[in-house]
Amino acid sequence: MKNKALPISIIIFLVFCFVIFLKGLNNTNNYIPDETLGKKISSFTAINFFNEKETKSDELFAGKNFYLLNIWASWCLPCRNEHKILMKLSQNNSIKIIGLNYKDNLDNAKEFINDLGNPYFEILRDENGTISIDLGAYGVPETFVIDNNKIILKKFVGPLNNQSLEEIKKLIK
Amino acid sequence: MFISQLGFYSLIIGLIFSIIFLPVAYRDLFVNNNLISSNVFSILFFKLFFVLVSFICLIISFVNSDFSNETVYNNSHTTKPLFYKISGTWGNHEGSLLLCLLILVFFIFIFLITSRKEQKKYRIITLLFQEIIIIGFFLFLLITSNPFNHLFPSPKEGLGLNPILQDPILAIHPPILYLGYIGSSIILSSSIAAIIQNQVNNQWAKNLKIWVIISWIFLTIGIVLGSIWAYYELGWGGFWFWDPVENISLMPWLCLTALVHSVIVLEKRSLFATWTLVLSISSFTFSMCGTFLVRSGILNSVHTFANDPSRGIFILFFLFFLIFISLIVFFFFYKEKKIKQKNFLFSKETSILINNWFMMYFLSVVLIGTVYPIFLEVITNEKISVGAPFYSKLFIPFLIPFLFLMSIGPKMAWIRQNVKLFNIKIILLFLLSIFLSYLILFKTEQRTLFVSVLVIFSIYLFFTTIRDFFIKNQINFSQKISHFGFSLLILSIIMNGIFSREVITNIEVGEKHEFNNGTIYFKNINTFKKKNYTSIVGIFKIKENDNEEIYLEPELRIFNQPLIVTSEADIKTNFIADKFLVMNLVKGNDYYNIKYQTKPFMIWIWLSAILMCVGALINFFKRK
Repeated sequence: MKNKALPISIIIFLVFCFVIFLKGLNNTNNYIPDETLGKKISSFTAINFFNEKETKSDELFAGKNFYLLNIWASWCLPCRNEHKILMKLSQNNSIKIIGLNYKDNLDNAKEFINDLGNPYFEILRDENGTISIDLGAYGVPETFVIDNNKIILKKFVGPLNNQSLEEIKKLIK
Repeated sequence: MFISQLGFYSLIIGLIFSIIFLPVAYRDLFVNNNLISSNVFSILFFKLFFVLVSFICLIISFVNSDFSNETVYNNSHTTKPLFYKISGTWGNHEGSLLLCLLILVFFIFIFLITSRKEQKKYRIITLLFQEIIIIGFFLFLLITSNPFNHLFPSPKEGLGLNPILQDPILAIHPPILYLGYIGSSIILSSSIAAIIQNQVNNQWAKNLKIWVIISWIFLTIGIVLGSIWAYYELGWGGFWFWDPVENISLMPWLCLTALVHSVIVLEKRSLFATWTLVLSISSFTFSMCGTFLVRSGILNSVHTFANDPSRGIFILFFLFFLIFISLIVFFFFYKEKKIKQKNFLFSKETSILINNWFMMYFLSVVLIGTVYPIFLEVITNEKISVGAPFYSKLFIPFLIPFLFLMSIGPKMAWIRQNVKLFNIKIILLFLLSIFLSYLILFKTEQRTLFVSVLVIFSIYLFFTTIRDFFIKNQINFSQKISHFGFSLLILSIIMNGIFSREVITNIEVGEKHEFNNGTIYFKNINTFKKKNYTSIVGIFKIKENDNEEIYLEPELRIFNQPLIVTSEADIKTNFIADKFLVMNLVKGNDYYNIKYQTKPFMIWIWLSAILMCVGALINFFKRK
């Protein structure tokens, strides 16, 4: 090898790329380009899970709290996993968790709550899934963090985990 | 349940065969005869068999909706039609990797049986290197993305396949694209073997050319299918969005296109050996790089699979491991042969070299546009997105000389061409192109110098490639067709870009909307209940000034599992232009947002790309 400069510079360049990619991987975030973020949550009316009364979302989100709107279903396996996170979060007084029960069998859903505990301040039913469509949801589970002006601060697609728990805690401070 | 287990254990047996292969093949390397031992053959055969069994098991799990399998649970649903249950097998990260692995073991087997005439050592080194890649894929699959993960208790219903992926074209797009990507792995392995065996010569180039052309054809078809899908399904009315993942498939394509040309020079004139090797190594590197960028979730796009950094780290290490091995082999083993040959400026060699320079330029533009945002984000934490304007600015000025040189280059003779630049027929053809482009551009607003010159040269190239069919020259038939296809492609893309028109408006049932040269009437709306979605079909009548009325019926599909609304454009295609109408819901009221587009020459874009592949295919049918 007469010319060592070429291989060495190629190797240095590749190592540089390697490091950048490695760091880039840690930056990975479930960023969802969504126009609903920063906007007011759309109003809806739904049937209450327990007393079967009609509930208006505007009245529900009227308080001076932060709200967490969690779309869930008893048939949804990831929901089962994220339930403990919701239970933890329900002990926090500055946030009220509203459940939106998505396309579910009422008995199964009640059994789910009985088994795993009820973290929800209120549960509404979305029997045919239209409310979730209007909210711009992708699927179950999905969670919206809403502030006292009904503005959507953050949206989690998929189950919550400890990391998202910390993020929520930061948001509602 | 049992099927899943069977699939999993077949995969493990496959891996064991792969590992056993290494010492067996290595020992065979030193046996002094020119026959590869039958053990090598049997091992590769059994490995192919077991991976195939594993893949079939996964398909069966999908067909039976066996939700105790995590992959099936995440990507299928009982209400899904059978066809999409099957195509769902490779519509997800785990399944698609298993398909990749299957193609890898299939290709290595094909290589073994088709390379009989070549030297034994060269064959075995190729197989060994290919086997290293296969083991890498096996480990990646088993460690980070096992398609047979078991769920207990088993769920009653799955989460469903993303509805925008439920499309017949998309069912075949990934497998074909993978055939292209994976084909380039054989190119890499055989280059490495050729370097080690010091036989980078015209005979090797002749054999390599077959693999290069095969990979190129599959990659081209794969890209075209993806772009057709984007056009029909995503409802944006375009065919190329410079989405990072599209760019990633374009990079190996540009590399392979350069390689297709340079390998011919190596075959015919024994020149460009080093350059051909660099291209061979880069083709697969770019394919793997693509896998990394897509699967690690480092990029966000339509194609993003589940984000899991551990997968990214694995591919990243594997990718750089392969790059380093290739580089070490390249720098330490490769002895460049000094061949004394006279080179002339006007020759086929030079024109192919120029072609390669252009390819490299286009490649680096795409590479920078795709990777630079990642670098920038890591270094400065700033998010930017690179879009069409960047690529247009950097591509168009260079496309002009490229098109011009392409009209001359292929006609050059090897070694030396006596140049008669001022042939009267060529000048006439050029004047005709200028006149035609004047006619074309006369009525449009796009009368900038760049656009005019671009149109002139693309028309000129189009004429020259047609003329080539009728005169006797240096170009062989398959090349004529491919080059004609390319010129048609460029011309259609340019015409499409110049003459596309669109109207966007919000409209209610029963209303009409008038635009410059026509009217859109929103006649009616119908709702249907389908097996796994609800369909809303709007009926529109469109009357443009001098044309007949046409009816377009765009559709909205509200899928229940997972909950997603997709819009299906209604497109009326003919040979001159596509009429494209798509509608979307406007939240909270009775209006629909509609987008009506006229897209000229769309069908020619697809046809010309297919023509390029047909040209390449003809290569295989004209053996002397």
